[in-house]
Amino acid sequence: MIENRPWLRFFSHLILVVGVFLVALPVWVALVGSTQPEGSFNSGSIPMWFGDQGVQNWAHVLFAEAGSTLQIPVWHLLLNSLVMALGITLGKIAISIVSAYAIVFFRFPFRGVIFWIIFITLMLPVEVRIVPTYQVIANLDMLNSYSGLILPLIASATATFLFRQCFMSIPGELVEAARIDGAGPIRFFFDILLPMSRTNIAALFVIMFIYGWNQYLWPLIITTDDTYYTLVMSIKSMLSVPDGDIQWNYVMVTTLLAMLPPVAVVVGMQKLFVKGLVDAEK
Amino acid sequence: MSVYFPQKKLPYLLVLPQLVITAIFFLWPAGQAVLQAFYREDAFGLSQQFVGLENFVDLFQDPLYYKSMMVTMVFSFSVAFLGIAVALWLAVMADRVIRGKMVYQTLLVWPYAVAPALAGVLWWILFDPNIGPVALFLDRIGLHWNHFLDGDQAMILVVISATWKQISYNFLFFLAGLQAIPRSLIEAAAIDGASSFKRFWDIVFPLLSPTTFFLLVVNLVYAFFETFGVIDTTTQGGPDGSTNTLVYKVFKDGFIGLDSGGSAAQSIVLMAIVGLMTVIQFRFIERKVQY
Repeated sequence: MIENRPWLRFFSHLILVVGVFLVALPVWVALVGSTQPEGSFNSGSIPMWFGDQGVQNWAHVLFAEAGSTLQIPVWHLLLNSLVMALGITLGKIAISIVSAYAIVFFRFPFRGVIFWIIFITLMLPVEVRIVPTYQVIANLDMLNSYSGLILPLIASATATFLFRQCFMSIPGELVEAARIDGAGPIRFFFDILLPMSRTNIAALFVIMFIYGWNQYLWPLIITTDDTYYTLVMSIKSMLSVPDGDIQWNYVMVTTLLAMLPPVAVVVGMQKLFVKGLVDAEK
Repeated sequence: MSVYFPQKKLPYLLVLPQLVITAIFFLWPAGQAVLQAFYREDAFGLSQQFVGLENFVDLFQDPLYYKSMMVTMVFSFSVAFLGIAVALWLAVMADRVIRGKMVYQTLLVWPYAVAPALAGVLWWILFDPNIGPVALFLDRIGLHWNHFLDGDQAMILVVISATWKQISYNFLFFLAGLQAIPRSLIEAAAIDGASSFKRFWDIVFPLLSPTTFFLLVVNLVYAFFETFGVIDTTTQGGPDGSTNTLVYKVFKDGFIGLDSGGSAAQSIVLMAIVGLMTVIQFRFIERKVQY
């Protein structure tokens, strides 16, 4: 601040506190609601303070079953989500770091064509080509499988684009020096390039993990067997019950559990997260 | 880069995994979408017939498609405008405070990590006509809330849910933008006697315009394509199509209506829209480099 005006500073803090409060409000209500006994929602509004059923509700959802239409405990869904998120993250990083390496550090026929084939995927999010992608997965017999959940979402060039930008800023002298010292391309990749891009990989990991964990539409349409359900999409089957007889306390527990891992990643690795966001938009 | 490795076969091996994945899970389905757009399937999915541009003609004569376009426009611009305005305000406030900037940042960025589908559920709970505290409060002051019956209220609910998630993103970029403005400029204006209100509109806001424009494009793309979950968990396009956005309609017509030709034609139109937005984004980024 240029001038020292205490009331102005107080006003800024006030607005920020109100903002923080409003942003947190829905989570607070869900948290309080998740500790209420089953019948307490029928009688009107959600109580604004904790009930006494917290431990029972959370334990029930985690270990017994998530709700009337979902006869599977949430820890299993958590595991599925984890497999999917890590599969997408690691798969994407692995295939795109090597292809970006080839595109930047080698000259070979059809390099331009290959570049464009890969980068055209930036134009089309899964949501837009959803019906034909489903048919392809069905033809390949990959419905209700982890590979069906993971592979189609790896087909995107965002990570390749990022690594390409990062590799292009590496000075040519480094390659020259490595070659004079007798290091081949494989050695150069593992001993020089990988250590140099550690922070970039970590930042990308954070962003991709959130992206993978939060997938909703894709798992929703290709899984019909609830042993392959992911946590985020399972919320849909808990909400679409006949007669609108929703078990709200269980829905709230599941919602909070489903958002906890990615939120923890963002808060715990805030620096990497911010770097990843800014890089991804360059 | 001007120095390259001389190997001729290795690079093909390196790009192979990504090429295979792209071919199977991107080029094949995208090609299918293009083909299907020119075919029509019968109701049982037994036979296909080439119909030329008929799917597109039908699409652009369908009043429901125009309604969906309008809904998408209203939804996207509301989300973008609201998200940018709230985030800018909060970022300006956070830039002013001396202590606690990082604390506020932490407390404001976490919604980015919440899945759109879950954001929809969280706000549904607040606005549920039977149990939602906000809905009950609105009822008490004489505004009857039921987003299952009232189209405008359904729209408000999905706009709030979608915006809530995006504020954190905009906030981060605005805060970075504000911190990049040279202090001396603002100090000079202050010495000349400009009030803090005038300093904001005449100096800070114009200097932030590249960030604002960038965020506008990103927010529109977000509202177009990444809000499927919000709509599917809360309103499912209803009531009476009042929240049926273009992306939601592709899914609905393709999977529930089983009209693969019509759905594919819609996909093609959406592809054109994404392409246009990507070009705008790239153009803008080129300009930013010069700036």
